[in-house]
Amino acid sequence: MNLRMLWRKSVNVLMLSLTGLCALVAISLLFFILGYLAYHGGKDVNWDFFTKLPKPVGETGGGMANAIVGSGKLLLLAALFGVPVGLLGGMYLAEFGGRAVPFVVRYTADLLNGVPSIVIGIFAYAVVVMPVHHFSSLAGGFALGVMMIPIVLRSTEEFLHAVPRSMREGAMALGASKWRTISSVVLPAASRGILTAALLALARVAGETAPLLFTAFGNRFWSPGWSQPIASLPVMIFTYAVGPYEDWHRQAWAAGLVLLGLVLVTNIVVRTLLSRGTSPPRS
Amino acid sequence: MTQTSAKPAYNMTESAESSAMGAMETVLKPPMPSGSQTVLEAPLRMQVRNLDFYYGKLHALHSVNLQITANRVTALIGPSGCGKSTLIRTFNRMHETVRGTRLEGEILLDGEDVFAQDVTRLRRRIGMVFQRPNPFPKSIFENVAYGLRINGLPAARRGHLSDAVEHSLRRAALWDEVNDQLHKSAYALSGGQQQRLCIARALAVDPEVLLLDEPCSALDPVNTAKIEELLFHLKQNCTLVIVTHNMQQAARVSDATAFLLNGELIEFRPTPQLFTTPSDPRTEAYITGRFG
Repeated sequence: MNLRMLWRKSVNVLMLSLTGLCALVAISLLFFILGYLAYHGGKDVNWDFFTKLPKPVGETGGGMANAIVGSGKLLLLAALFGVPVGLLGGMYLAEFGGRAVPFVVRYTADLLNGVPSIVIGIFAYAVVVMPVHHFSSLAGGFALGVMMIPIVLRSTEEFLHAVPRSMREGAMALGASKWRTISSVVLPAASRGILTAALLALARVAGETAPLLFTAFGNRFWSPGWSQPIASLPVMIFTYAVGPYEDWHRQAWAAGLVLLGLVLVTNIVVRTLLSRGTSPPRS
Repeated sequence: MTQTSAKPAYNMTESAESSAMGAMETVLKPPMPSGSQTVLEAPLRMQVRNLDFYYGKLHALHSVNLQITANRVTALIGPSGCGKSTLIRTFNRMHETVRGTRLEGEILLDGEDVFAQDVTRLRRRIGMVFQRPNPFPKSIFENVAYGLRINGLPAARRGHLSDAVEHSLRRAALWDEVNDQLHKSAYALSGGQQQRLCIARALAVDPEVLLLDEPCSALDPVNTAKIEELLFHLKQNCTLVIVTHNMQQAARVSDATAFLLNGELIEFRPTPQLFTTPSDPRTEAYITGRFG
């Protein structure tokens, strides 16, 4: 009896420490990455980095203003394309679809989510770049938008499903049509979750490099309009990190730190703002 | 189901109604001769005729006949799964929101077939309060204003809206508790307050009939008492139908009570009589607590 108790206790202690350790690894990774980036790139994140264009090869200094703005423009395009498609598609799945169609769409979305990002880049190259014969921010935004669709779609569906049926009934019992019920009650109730998901999707594609390599391509100068090749932080990091110059390596670290920082700050700000809103209890 | 068949039936009701006009103040009368479903002497608001209801293959209601008297509280009682919630949900056609249901028979509101009407208009005329408080994720004010806004009612116009909201909240006996926090989230309220908010929300569009589907089952006794008192005041301007699994509640609040069992309407009589001298042995078995 005592032996069994001892055995149980030791298994308990073992599992508790093992699970605790893994949880610790999971959360410390972020801080480790952040610290590592800050250590290597912190010195080079200065005013010039945010305001200056890259210097010609051989000169030191300069910044990545064009890449920061470029990433912003690409993400804007991606959101403009990916969020509406994902949102409305998710609404169809959750609210209107029968049985068979949602199954197919859901399955396809999950598969699309698993498509390697480089393949999505090639796809965007084939359908957007090839016909017009040049790289453009539109092509890059399209590639990133495609990557956002399955994430936004699936989470929209899930958050809409999480809205209790009783709330829909409350609206319909007042004479609201189905569309009115969805747009004025169900969607606001799920909006916090959907917005968070859309933001996470945006944060995820913000760091994508592969789909941009042969769509947005890159640019060492400003890219006016939407139909020129455009610089982006991930591609700049890639180019600079494999480049032969010490100065480039340091700027790549700095760009990594800025990219991660921007994603983190956006995340935290939006989550804080959203948590102040009126939200229904989870049921 | 058609308008033509509904018309003569309505005229019949009207003549029955006018003959009873003089006795309108008398709430309860001895039960009518067998065969008639009229229980209370007052104008009829709704009639249910030979109603059969199916969830897929499940036959949930068997040729139910019921008459809902205006400005009275009609209670539907019976054990779980007897079909009382199903029945009340057919009154405002909420059953249509569930896939795979089928209905046969007639439901009339003021002599008009409810299935021939625009469902939006019907649901404005027949309000509903649910088992669990289901306020919208909006402010208290916006919850009450919702029905006015979506129906584009005159009261939704600027200037009238806050009056209309106040009026509804007063009718639901909630105004004094919330008048200084109208723009707070409805979720900040207690469960009982939320349920009264849902009543206020339903009352805002000024329905002729208010359906209450076990409105107190999620509430404590104090809040239950508040809502019961509210029902007593509401029936002056509104016809109430309440589903309850609580027989004491039915006895306290209702004027007429219908007892359902396995999808059949077993007995429908004035409340005092149903509870003191039930005519069906199954009713007696239920109200004396032998099952359910």
